[in-house]
Amino acid sequence: MSRLSDSLAIPCDVQFMKYPHCRMSCAIAAACLVIGITATGVFAGSLHPETGEELSENQTFVYRLLDEVPTLDPQLNQDSEGFDILRDLFEGLLNQDADGNLVPGVAERFEISDGNRTYTFLLRQEARWSNGDPVTAHDFVYAWRRAVDPATASPYAWYVELAMIANAARIIAGELSADELGVVAVDDHTLEVRLDQPLPHFPAMTTYATFFPAHRATIERFGAAWTRPENIVSNGAYVLTEHVPKEYHMRERNTRYWNNDATLIERVTGKVINDENLALTRYLAGEIDRTAVPSGQYPDLAARYPDEATSVPILCSYYFAINHTDSAHPALSDRRVRQALSYALDRDIIVNSVLKDGQYPAYNFTHWATAGFKVPQTDYSRLSQSERDTRARELMQQAGYGEDSGISLKLVYNTSESHKLVATVAAQMWKQKLGIETELSNYEWKTYLSIRSTQEFDLARAGWCGDYNEASTFLDVMTSGNSANSGRFSNPEVDRLMQDARMQEDPQSHYERVEAILARDMAIIPVYHYSSVFMLKPDIRGWPYRNVQKMWYAKDLYRIKGQ
Amino acid sequence: MVAYILRRLLVGIPTLLALVVFSYLIIVAAPGSPFLGERSLPPEVLANMEARYGLDQPILRQVMNYVWGIITEFDFGPSFSYKDRTVTEIIAQGFPITLTYGFLAFLISVAVGVTLGVIAAVRQNSWYDYLAVGISIGAQVLPNFVMAPILVLVFTLWLGWLPGGGWQGGQLPYLIMPVIALSTSFMASIARITRSSMLEVLGTDFILTARAKGIGFRRLIFRHALKPAMLPVVSYLGPTFVGMITGSVVIDMYFSTGGIGQFFVNAAINRDYPLVMGITILTGFLTIAFNLVVDVIYAWIDPRIRY
Repeated sequence: MSRLSDSLAIPCDVQFMKYPHCRMSCAIAAACLVIGITATGVFAGSLHPETGEELSENQTFVYRLLDEVPTLDPQLNQDSEGFDILRDLFEGLLNQDADGNLVPGVAERFEISDGNRTYTFLLRQEARWSNGDPVTAHDFVYAWRRAVDPATASPYAWYVELAMIANAARIIAGELSADELGVVAVDDHTLEVRLDQPLPHFPAMTTYATFFPAHRATIERFGAAWTRPENIVSNGAYVLTEHVPKEYHMRERNTRYWNNDATLIERVTGKVINDENLALTRYLAGEIDRTAVPSGQYPDLAARYPDEATSVPILCSYYFAINHTDSAHPALSDRRVRQALSYALDRDIIVNSVLKDGQYPAYNFTHWATAGFKVPQTDYSRLSQSERDTRARELMQQAGYGEDSGISLKLVYNTSESHKLVATVAAQMWKQKLGIETELSNYEWKTYLSIRSTQEFDLARAGWCGDYNEASTFLDVMTSGNSANSGRFSNPEVDRLMQDARMQEDPQSHYERVEAILARDMAIIPVYHYSSVFMLKPDIRGWPYRNVQKMWYAKDLYRIKGQ
Repeated sequence: MVAYILRRLLVGIPTLLALVVFSYLIIVAAPGSPFLGERSLPPEVLANMEARYGLDQPILRQVMNYVWGIITEFDFGPSFSYKDRTVTEIIAQGFPITLTYGFLAFLISVAVGVTLGVIAAVRQNSWYDYLAVGISIGAQVLPNFVMAPILVLVFTLWLGWLPGGGWQGGQLPYLIMPVIALSTSFMASIARITRSSMLEVLGTDFILTARAKGIGFRRLIFRHALKPAMLPVVSYLGPTFVGMITGSVVIDMYFSTGGIGQFFVNAAINRDYPLVMGITILTGFLTIAFNLVVDVIYAWIDPRIRY
């Protein structure tokens, strides 16, 4: 975890922080200086300061949004597309670079004290709001209190609680006033955060929108309408200039952003196009620069557009939750039956023949690409599929079930073509190999959620995406009483290990033990680790392909001259 | 007539009120809560949100508060899913859009549909008839969710003539494909209804009499046959018109127009109670109003109808 603060400890002068390579090393500081002078605005024939590529005169970026974002209020946001926009409009204490490493945002650096329990962020003097006001520690205090205040009723209030900020839980429960939150502005440019418990990955959590600053005067003046283009005051590299719900929004260069000189893309447009096939047509017609690859079309598109179709890992895991409560089929209380179900599932077929989007077969919960996480070998990940099938049949026999087990399980999923495919294939495998019948039940979204949260299922399709790039974001889900633990799996050893992991300098061995217990008890049936498949025009550069949380910042993109 | 219209309007008020109460009870009874998500919220957070939107109150209290807000302040509440906007703002933004493309599509489908139907009926079993029937069957079997992607493929990707979606305040290039996609199937229905109704009228005694008297062909069709033939068409057009101007989820979805058709469907999926209610009330109000308009037109077309 010390890696995170190391990247900030480099005494790189603010002047040299403008370009990514300056963050890596200050040895070439002189080069940065020269470029820093010339890089104001893009002109014909200008070159990229770092790579030397010839830049296009058209520095715009247009991308497809799946749907209208629910809100542009950072403290209320819980939507990933909303977060994409908010990262451009606002800037938090820290940002992520193309590899997902932490880099300075409004904070130039931070200090850790009291055994990972107190974090002091030192904010840059030159940070400004889009109306010219200085960005101060008070703006962060206001925003964070706002996030937990019951009056705000933020659906993401729990995120502050997850970050262990002192008193957050009691404020949300209405026992304390929001002023008692463990965050104080020591002076205008020093923010001190106190946590209830040590949390080594706390700085990584500050890159999420909930912890972005908010401009108090604007919010108090305009109420819920403060996020309209005509009202909004923000502190990011871009400002919101147009927004028509369900059609498009536009964000343009914020000339008051402290590092505005380094921004190359002038204007970013997000167009709402629900249908992924139609979005692809419009992408091919040249209307948009980025869109999702429709399900199952990746191999074909990758062959036709090798420079444009991309599949990269993102921090989400797909699994079947197993109901561990009394409402489940009694056979599921036998560990051997749960193991047999998981062993008999041929993930290679699901990933390579059914979905075909470059997903990764999963034999554990935590996504393999999670920072600092080494995928442990679980009992069954070492075997070949035919060995797993044999083992699955043996397990069923040991559990007392013959060829025809007589077991019938209810598998629920939300209505979607790809969930249906996976469920159908899984049901077929279980029937053929284990003689287990599966009743597939699909429900529309909210009904499915309601069924899942009240354990009216035997197996349920589920997905989990990491909130921050550290294994606990996955494994905490499997602790007793976690609200996302929809199968109500409970193991005291897992609870203890996850609690203990917070105090560790290197918690990897704890995580490995937890994964081993999950595989032994078969708490869930892991299916695959997600990939993100998308098309991106080849002249758009600077895309953070290696950022497994898909945290892209338009300020880091640029468009080169057509080849 | 005036007394009849006033009476109908007065009856409309309790009808609308009943619609509000029943719709509210039905949407609240639907499984799942507005704040249920992939990640289930801790109970404290959920409680704060329910309190914020008044969902912690007993159901009848909620209905009364809702109706009271509309009557006293014309306040249709906040949207649960689009937190930066009120229901009134969303409808004020989206309804003019669906009204524009819906109204245009309506005009086109009536004009083309009636013309096709009349020609087909007058020249029954001729080449014209087969062509008109062929076109309307073709348009009928191509639903708009098939039409829309085909139009975009042809006019945006292959020909490059039209933008593949968006609205831009309703500029002409952005209007063309939504209007075509929405009007085709309605046009086909109107053509079929017109044709069969016209055929029926052309076989009646009064047309035979008119023919026997030697009235010119044009006068016979337009003066005597067309008006009575329009009765079934008009009764079809009343609800159709309301359906078209309140938008189509398919059109809104494929062409990113920003209309309320898609907001309505999303609101139902998201259990955004106030937004579902707002658009339901709008649709209900328009339905009542245009049913009345249809009845008035009836009296004008058919002198035998008296109110």
